Amino acid sequence: MTEPVKSAAPIGALADAEPVAPPRSQWRDVWDQFKHHRGAMIGGVIFFTIIATVFLGPLFWSLDATYIDIRARNQGPGWGHPFGTDQLGRDNFARMMAGGQVSIAVGLIAMLLALILGSFIGVIAGYFKRLDGPLMRLTDLFLSLPLLPLLLVMVLLFRDSLNAVFGPEQGIFILMVSAIGITSWMPTARIVRGDVLALKEREFILAARSIGTTNTGIITRHILPNVMSPIMVSATLGIANAIITESALSFLGLGFPPDFPTWGRLLNDAVVYLQDYPERVFWPGLAISLTVLSVNYLGDGLRDALDPRIRGR
Amino acid sequence: MLTYTIRRLVLAIPTLLFISLVIFLLLELAPGDPMAQVPLTVPPEVKQQMREALGLGQPTHIRFAKWLWQFFAVEPMVWMDHTFGMTLAEGQQRVISWQTRSPVMDIVIQRMPQTLWVVAMSYVVGILIALPIGIYSAYRQYSVFDQVGTFVTMVGYSVPPFFSGVLVIVIFSVQLGWLPSIYDTTLVVVSWDTFILQLKQMVMPVMVLALQTTAQISRFMRASMLDNLRQDFVRTARAKGLSERSVVLVHVLRNSMIPVITVIALGVPQVFGGAIITEQIFKVNGLGQLLITAIQANDLPMVQTVTFMLAVLIVLFNIIADVLYGFLDPRIRYD
Repeated sequence: MTEPVKSAAPIGALADAEPVAPPRSQWRDVWDQFKHHRGAMIGGVIFFTIIATVFLGPLFWSLDATYIDIRARNQGPGWGHPFGTDQLGRDNFARMMAGGQVSIAVGLIAMLLALILGSFIGVIAGYFKRLDGPLMRLTDLFLSLPLLPLLLVMVLLFRDSLNAVFGPEQGIFILMVSAIGITSWMPTARIVRGDVLALKEREFILAARSIGTTNTGIITRHILPNVMSPIMVSATLGIANAIITESALSFLGLGFPPDFPTWGRLLNDAVVYLQDYPERVFWPGLAISLTVLSVNYLGDGLRDALDPRIRGR
Repeated sequence: MLTYTIRRLVLAIPTLLFISLVIFLLLELAPGDPMAQVPLTVPPEVKQQMREALGLGQPTHIRFAKWLWQFFAVEPMVWMDHTFGMTLAEGQQRVISWQTRSPVMDIVIQRMPQTLWVVAMSYVVGILIALPIGIYSAYRQYSVFDQVGTFVTMVGYSVPPFFSGVLVIVIFSVQLGWLPSIYDTTLVVVSWDTFILQLKQMVMPVMVLALQTTAQISRFMRASMLDNLRQDFVRTARAKGLSERSVVLVHVLRNSMIPVITVIALGVPQVFGGAIITEQIFKVNGLGQLLITAIQANDLPMVQTVTFMLAVLIVLFNIIADVLYGFLDPRIRYD
């Protein structure tokens, strides 16, 4: 199928030059540019390795994160327990994987929530002139809120009532994700609004309007695909931000409970034993930092790859 | 410029009022009861009286108005009484903490020096490290220094303070035993020895906070320098035979500092927010630690006041950044 099928002999001047290769799509160009960013490639590989280890690892690792073996407590790293065991004899490697699942899930879902909220507000504010003023004032207002104290207060206030409805694990998960999502949509909204404002004045939007496309149609068919690149860049930064915020809250003791570990919570638990077992602090901290670092590099490469001015150089 | 500044300051008032309302309403939903710690043997009527003594008996809007009056009118009056020896605030109710039953502002003022020392020092140190790194890595773009610098700032950006803080404690306090891991706020600097002690206990918190600042600001400095290095006026300056030193450090740097200074101004409130975690790690009893203990103890007036003061800082430094930007760059006029 690679060779173009020659149907009939071309007739003089009517012959179209047959394309040798199918037209390159935009995403292929993006990928070609992305491949050249070494940091982003390494970051991407590390990020997907972490995700794979954390989500697929428990299938191969027989020890359970909550299995208590009190005789084997406080062990150093060894063959049976590569990261050692904690004060109750639970395997630290299994706990790291369980914690990573929650941390990464919180990061991804909170990022998605912030992204949907931010893109929605950004598109609406950029597209409808009447809503621009009020929505941007709202964004400015959210940007002037002291977020970390408010997150702490929100967790403290709503933890018990949500736990009563959804159970202790689901409750805190929903609370964390929505609290982080609601407090981190503002940068996305601002960037998207700026792009929509510029895009709205372009001719193809005018053309779409002149053939009677509805506002919804214009937004979903013409505007949203064109603001995808800033949205994707803020997505990567959003993951990093959400993971750090969740870990910070868990570290301050106002996040997930100890029997439902996340990386931040594991770090917080390990700080108590800092004098005796300093190596225990290392793994969760390294996991958080490495994830955030790789995601940041990924975002850096994505930003370069999605920028048509840099692409092709 | 002056009219712009005044307009921004006037516009900040409704914003701040709204923020204080949001914080107040959020705290209003608190399920906690300040009487939870009172023994069960105390009869309910007495508890009710105690609640009313804390000001909880009135409806929400009256309590909000009272808090506004206390924060915006009574506290400045108290401050004026202190400085000028007047008696404006005599007999006026101040914002009272439920934990200690003393005025919130007095506790805030007690805690302020520790936070200011650590936070302000780390911010200054961070900026002083960041600027040369940013300038040099832009000047030698894609050199080894630039690559290493970019990697180090990326790491500094990605390692959260609650890990870098714990890491330096493990290395310098637990393993090497050089520095104390707990910040002793009762230490009074009177002699050379106590000065060394003070210096030692400040090194780690300052470095941890400075790492974050350095990472952010050197990135901005580098980008801003790169923008300006390719401008025509730089070529002109070189063409007329100026030394490389004065081209980079006078012509380029001056123009590049404009956006960086606004970023520095915008970063001040963030550093105060970030200090919440650093203070928790190094056991500094500053404002951040005050806020955390107040949240855990359900001390609503304290939480309300401290959070609102952080919001004031953010709004204020946003205005300062915008005004500075217009002031430093003559091409920008807000009219």
